Amino acid sequence: MSLETRSGSVEFRRVTKAYGPVVAVRDVSFTVAAGTLVTLLGPSGCGKTTTLRLIAGLEMTTSGQILIGGSDVTRVPATDRDVSMVFQSYALFPHMTVLENVCYGLRVGGEPRDRAVAAAREGLALLGLVGFDDRLPSELSGGQQQRVAVARALVLEPRVLLFDEPLSNLDAKLRRRVREEIRDLQQKLRLSVVYVTHDQEEALAVSDQIIVMDNAVIAQQGTPTELYREPASRFVADFIGDANLVKGTLKRTDERLAALRLGGVEFALPHRGATDGEVNVAIRPEAVRLRPADGTDAPLIGTILKAAYLGSHMEYTVGSIIGELFVVDSGGVAAPLTVGAGVSIGFISHGVTVVD
Amino acid sequence: MDRAVLGWAVAGGIAYALLPWYALEDGIFGFGWLSGYPTDRAGAPALVQALLHGRLALLPVAVFLLAPLAVRGVRGAGARPALLLTVGAGGTAWIAVQGFAVGGQPGIGVGGLVVFAALLMLFCVGMAAKGAFNGDRFVSGGIGTVVTLVVVFVFFPVSCVLVGAVEDSSGAFAPSEFWAKLSAREVWGLDCLSSSAGCGVAWNTLILGVLVGASTTALGLAFALIVTRTGFRAKKALRLLTVLPIITPPFVIGLAVILLFGRAGAFTTFMEQAFGVVPSRWIYGLPGVWLAQVLAFTPIAFLVLIGVVEGISPSMEEAAQTLRADRWRTFTTVSLPLMRPGLANAFLLGFIESLADFGNPLVLGGNYHVLSISIFFAVVGAQHDRGRAAVLSIVLLVFTLGAFYAQRRWLGRRSYATVTGKGDAGLHPPLPASVRRLVYATALPWAVFTAVIYVMILFGGFVETWGRDHRFSLRHYAAAFAVDVTEFGLHWKGAAWNSLWTTIEIAAISAPLTAAVGLLTAYLIVRQRFRGKEAFEFGTMLSFAIPGTVIGISYILAFNTPPIELTGTGIILVICFVFRNMPVGVRAGIAAMSQIDRSLDEASLTLGARSLTTIRRVILPLLRPAIVAALVFSFVRAMTAISAVIFLVSANYDMATSYIVGRVENGDYGLAIAYCSVLIGFMVLVVLLIQFVVGRRRLGRRAPTQVSLEGIPA
Repeated sequence: MSLETRSGSVEFRRVTKAYGPVVAVRDVSFTVAAGTLVTLLGPSGCGKTTTLRLIAGLEMTTSGQILIGGSDVTRVPATDRDVSMVFQSYALFPHMTVLENVCYGLRVGGEPRDRAVAAAREGLALLGLVGFDDRLPSELSGGQQQRVAVARALVLEPRVLLFDEPLSNLDAKLRRRVREEIRDLQQKLRLSVVYVTHDQEEALAVSDQIIVMDNAVIAQQGTPTELYREPASRFVADFIGDANLVKGTLKRTDERLAALRLGGVEFALPHRGATDGEVNVAIRPEAVRLRPADGTDAPLIGTILKAAYLGSHMEYTVGSIIGELFVVDSGGVAAPLTVGAGVSIGFISHGVTVVD
Repeated sequence: MDRAVLGWAVAGGIAYALLPWYALEDGIFGFGWLSGYPTDRAGAPALVQALLHGRLALLPVAVFLLAPLAVRGVRGAGARPALLLTVGAGGTAWIAVQGFAVGGQPGIGVGGLVVFAALLMLFCVGMAAKGAFNGDRFVSGGIGTVVTLVVVFVFFPVSCVLVGAVEDSSGAFAPSEFWAKLSAREVWGLDCLSSSAGCGVAWNTLILGVLVGASTTALGLAFALIVTRTGFRAKKALRLLTVLPIITPPFVIGLAVILLFGRAGAFTTFMEQAFGVVPSRWIYGLPGVWLAQVLAFTPIAFLVLIGVVEGISPSMEEAAQTLRADRWRTFTTVSLPLMRPGLANAFLLGFIESLADFGNPLVLGGNYHVLSISIFFAVVGAQHDRGRAAVLSIVLLVFTLGAFYAQRRWLGRRSYATVTGKGDAGLHPPLPASVRRLVYATALPWAVFTAVIYVMILFGGFVETWGRDHRFSLRHYAAAFAVDVTEFGLHWKGAAWNSLWTTIEIAAISAPLTAAVGLLTAYLIVRQRFRGKEAFEFGTMLSFAIPGTVIGISYILAFNTPPIELTGTGIILVICFVFRNMPVGVRAGIAAMSQIDRSLDEASLTLGARSLTTIRRVILPLLRPAIVAALVFSFVRAMTAISAVIFLVSANYDMATSYIVGRVENGDYGLAIAYCSVLIGFMVLVVLLIQFVVGRRRLGRRAPTQVSLEGIPA
């Protein structure tokens, strides 16, 4: 298939969508570059699905502009938008066979029957669904239904392909496989994909860019690494991966760096615009280093409250004067610390960030 | 330039310049108008009317039609939609206003109609271009069309009648008379609680409606459960049997009930001879009307509920069973609550049908007066009091709207979508034993009773004289349906042929129109979000709330004079049927459509299908039971309606029911009953044919046998 030439960008310019007094999306702007996979991530009710439906044309903006492939589609209805969507429920037509479902978009677009069937077969083969043509959706497993839904959207060679929580109806093992398949397909065909999910791990695994939404606005946009390493806010820090949110004392030392005091520990890190005084600090669980307390005068000490063995790593909850810390330790599995043991606490600076 | 705008503007322009603007004596297909065309005063198009015949009020219409073509250069973002809105609203309003204001014009004809429709569509295109209804022109046009039709054919005639409620006999404004009539003792009196005198008509109507609604819903559910959830052997027969009463003109059931339970009735005679029970007139009054109405309207509840019971996703019930609910708890906590929208709909239909019924209270009411009958006699009887009729109609309206509101409250905002886009395999569990026994015990005796009623009807047509001379005779059939073979071909000699052909023709025209308008409305209500949707839904249901007698009178008042002059034509009958029966289609459509997940439509839209294609390829195939219901109802009701029709028939367009009532008035029971039997037989054929053509919904649920085979090791 020659899909890569068709892939287009999506641009939101100050888009707002309100249902009466309720604002679902507030003054949102972003760009999805052609050929990339961008995830809309956030808790339920944050506006991510509304954003997706605005791209699809299933909702009309209250104000603002939407561009697809560079042209303004703000007032263009879903039918004419040249995007297709994979629904959470798959929305396979229950009265049509697999082949009829996949042919549907081509046939209503005026494609002659034999060409539509050929394209549909090709699409189904791409997703590893050969020999299911005459089955009804109800005769397929959840994973198979999901692939039919993807094939049905894909054969139209849309400028943008939309996924609305496509994995939520699948079991965990299948989820990992299907998300890899979606990513492979996207990479292979250089598709523009906008993908909605509330699962941060899924988002980190598949995305070129992640847009984190909270309360109808964009909380942060960036690559998975950026979001994990430099979360802009406590919300993002907590939502992407795990984070210990604690208070520390900051003192700027130059244009970029500052000295941060956590309990008795002091180290340098970027101040990211924060002013001197008390600041919020996000500490990744794997950035905390624990050593058995040896009686010497450690700057920060704590006590193991909980310990869990997870095979590849240990998880601890540690009580300290800066608060309870959740710690992941993948180095010390061979000699785990026990509950009640005293520890001295240290930090790896690139896992510690000043946040809003 | 937009093709839709260009198309409608050109269509309107052609109609304006070429088609006869006014209605013609012998109709557009009489082609008599061609002889003097285009200058002749009667058949001239609007352009000629305005220029040659001095009808200058038609001239501005041309401006409205030309405006969108002339200003095709308008570029500004908001300017074009605004222009279309102005042109559409201004043009349609102008046509309406000049129609009423300028005297001496004939009724509006084909030309005027097409121009009006074109301007209306330009308005709708403008709405869509402004971003209303998600920019969907089909939706915009659909809403515009339905709203206009309802306003013209429901609100306008009803307002003509309601104006009479606050007028005295000379036509002056008299609100005090309105109050006097509204609070009258014969309307709200409660004498039946304290003495043997009857209660007011309002209470009578309410009591009857609630009793009939509850009874028909319970019986309909029992039949629906037997057909879908048990291994009952004679399911097919049951389906047919329960369909029988709706294909019967309502007063026929009333007549049959009298033949059984009247003073000279078969059952009464038997009781007298066997047990010495003295014959009485107990059947005349609440018991008789209730009995006849329940017989007549149970099938409506059955048809509504069968779709609902079938539509419940088996996986929900299977889920409940795996949650350790036994069959009884599954039924009471899952199946039954999921049926609630259907049950509420069925009750509402039964209640409203009872309120609007005219035939049975007329035949069996005795001293038990209900509103529809009181309205009828207020107008045609010795009283001839239009004001009283109007006041009683308002009371009736309030009742129906109350039922409607209660139903909305009861159902709340729960989602009952059970046919989702996710393939759904599973089996409905069988009924718990206690429920099964109860359902059998309720439905089967009723089925037998219904069968007896029909035997009476068939038997009545083949005897010399009912009640006196029970010898076999074919003379009634011969009088009605004799056909002579002459040298010129067949000669339809029987007295009934004329009205039968008319009835079939009118019913066949109105049934698909009703189904189309009804399902379109249901689609708009269920699937689209727009401002004023509540009012829209209310408006489309309104015609159902108005008893046929009132509709009949209102149509005569509204459409007897220009600008819309329809009385005496077949068109008025078709329109009357379409708008009286539309709510049935709407209800059936709503009940079925709210069980189809919305994401199916959205998937179709994002796959590049237009709304119309989506409806045709996705929604309609899943809606087949609702389509069958709508077609069957509208055809059958058109053939069996009496209350409104009796005012609207004319010499050229006499309907079967009004002909039969005429026979009954002359005491010719034999011919009347024979004619009824033929009607019933004919409609059975039609119902079967429609069901065969439309077919059954295909959802890919596993058949019970398949599953039982899966359990057996190979």
